[in-house]
Amino acid sequence: MKERPEKVPQRIPAHQEGTAPQLSAEEMRAIDEERSHYESDAAAGLEALRIVQRERGWISDDSLRAVSAYLGIAEAELEGLATYYQLLFRQPVGPEVIQLCKSSSCWILGCDRLQTTLEKALGIHPGETSADGIFTLLENPCLGACDRAPVLLMNEELHSHLTEEKLQALLAEKRQRHADQSAD
Amino acid sequence: MLINPLTKNIGADDTALDLGAYRNNDGYRGWLRALRMSPEKLIDLVQKAGLRGRGGAGFNTGFKWSFVPGDRQAQPVRYLVCNADEMEPGTFKDRLLMERDPHLLLEGMMIAAHAIGATTAYIFIRGEYHRAAKVLENAIGEAEQAGLLTPETTGWEQPLRIYLHRSSGNYICGEETALLNALEGKRAIPRAKPPYPQVSGLWGRPTVVNNVETLCNLPHLVTQGADWYRQLGRGEDGGTKLFGVSGKVNKPGLWELPMGTPVREVIENHAGGLRDGLTLRGFLPGGGSTDFLGPQHLDLPLDYDAVGKAGSRLGTGTITVLDEATCPVGLVLNLSRFFARESCGWCTPCRDGLPWVVHILQRIENGEGTMEDLELLREHTIRMAPGNTFCALAPGAAEPIQSALKLFEQDFVDHIRGKACPFH
Repeated sequence: MKERPEKVPQRIPAHQEGTAPQLSAEEMRAIDEERSHYESDAAAGLEALRIVQRERGWISDDSLRAVSAYLGIAEAELEGLATYYQLLFRQPVGPEVIQLCKSSSCWILGCDRLQTTLEKALGIHPGETSADGIFTLLENPCLGACDRAPVLLMNEELHSHLTEEKLQALLAEKRQRHADQSAD
Repeated sequence: MLINPLTKNIGADDTALDLGAYRNNDGYRGWLRALRMSPEKLIDLVQKAGLRGRGGAGFNTGFKWSFVPGDRQAQPVRYLVCNADEMEPGTFKDRLLMERDPHLLLEGMMIAAHAIGATTAYIFIRGEYHRAAKVLENAIGEAEQAGLLTPETTGWEQPLRIYLHRSSGNYICGEETALLNALEGKRAIPRAKPPYPQVSGLWGRPTVVNNVETLCNLPHLVTQGADWYRQLGRGEDGGTKLFGVSGKVNKPGLWELPMGTPVREVIENHAGGLRDGLTLRGFLPGGGSTDFLGPQHLDLPLDYDAVGKAGSRLGTGTITVLDEATCPVGLVLNLSRFFARESCGWCTPCRDGLPWVVHILQRIENGEGTMEDLELLREHTIRMAPGNTFCALAPGAAEPIQSALKLFEQDFVDHIRGKACPFH
């Protein structure tokens, strides 16, 4: 058995972050599973951040502390990872994370125009979340779908051969879905 | 005779081949045959076949393996890592192999593991490839359940383990030593070489990092032999390759073709030529970090050394076409922005040079550039040349800039003299 720090974080914040200060049973199970894949426990730190983000949408200060306590990795170390890797989010994101492909192929086929459309429709720049809290806009270096350019990734869904009309329809569909959900 | 070993199982429908279907198509025969060969013989076979790394560097795969220390007793822990961090702008080939024929990759990995004596293997896949990750995870489960990795099959002391590692992002992870740091849970910053990973890689153990497409070449190479492999190519390099074309062409896509296929054949026959009656100004032969080539290079065979002699690199073999209606300065600016953003920040020519390059290019594109700016850009490409940086990121970033300054010099001058982008 690998040793594990016994202490769990004692700080119970009266916080607004909306995340649990401690890791859930599922998160711990997933982290332990990942940890068993590597020769060193330190390797699990990066995986733990990914897992926590999968469960909570982003990595809050509390999440960082919880991972730190669970794996015995310094918070500063984890912060260094969380701020380095582009797919780790240290700010809350909306339920719909848009990654617009900015590759050379997508640029040739007009991704800059699509970006303007997105920015206008959502009222935000890359790195920001729309006022309704639904969409977060990010730029991606290349989504590896150059034969279908221009493309974007909406969470895990790839949307290809984009036009401004297709983009507007996609945003409208997502907005409608979230409006229906909140009405339920 | 088999002429399309990489894609023979990939049909028109958009589904992944499962283990049963893969086996019905002679799958895992290469693995079983490799197990009856000594590692030395296997390395020799791959080296003789002339398989060159398909991630972009084009190093002989068998030769790469041969640097792993032979004494297994002295160093029993060794790793194989599959580099599935496909993020080179304009590159979309590994995605197809992983999404559609995952067992071909797994079989290739098993063969490579046997060659180098690895009992643990990782697939390092970029975080945005959700579908490929799910397909591979499922395939690993199938292979385990079927007992393909057990000591009963392999005759090894321990079972072979294959794990899928989802990356948390960043282009630099594709650089093999940065990738190893990422796997170790660190910031993905390249390591100084030597020592090379084959000697001291993951957690200081002997490690080989191979690209997805490279590994997918192995199963049929083992069953069909080195002579078959060599004669698949039309020119000096052996085997086939996934060649792709993107940009303003009629049929952008990906095709498995013999090594040495001329550029013209790929762009005109397979991709259907340029669309809307446009003409070709130039092309990037293998991703954003390769030098532009021009119309005079259309008859060049797509072989590593031939493209190298023409002043570029075959890279990933996925061609990006630049047409007459697209601004070359704008395209180079787009590429430089990408490299500036993706610099890990470790060394100065890359961290400080690339944002400076972006600044200059933006100035020129805005019509505010001067003729001195062109000299300054040239100077940057020299400062970012190989030997001045830790890894290949900045030298790669310099390639499209330095070649654009030669091939499209008049466009730069027109921007400066006309004080505006002529394409707007």
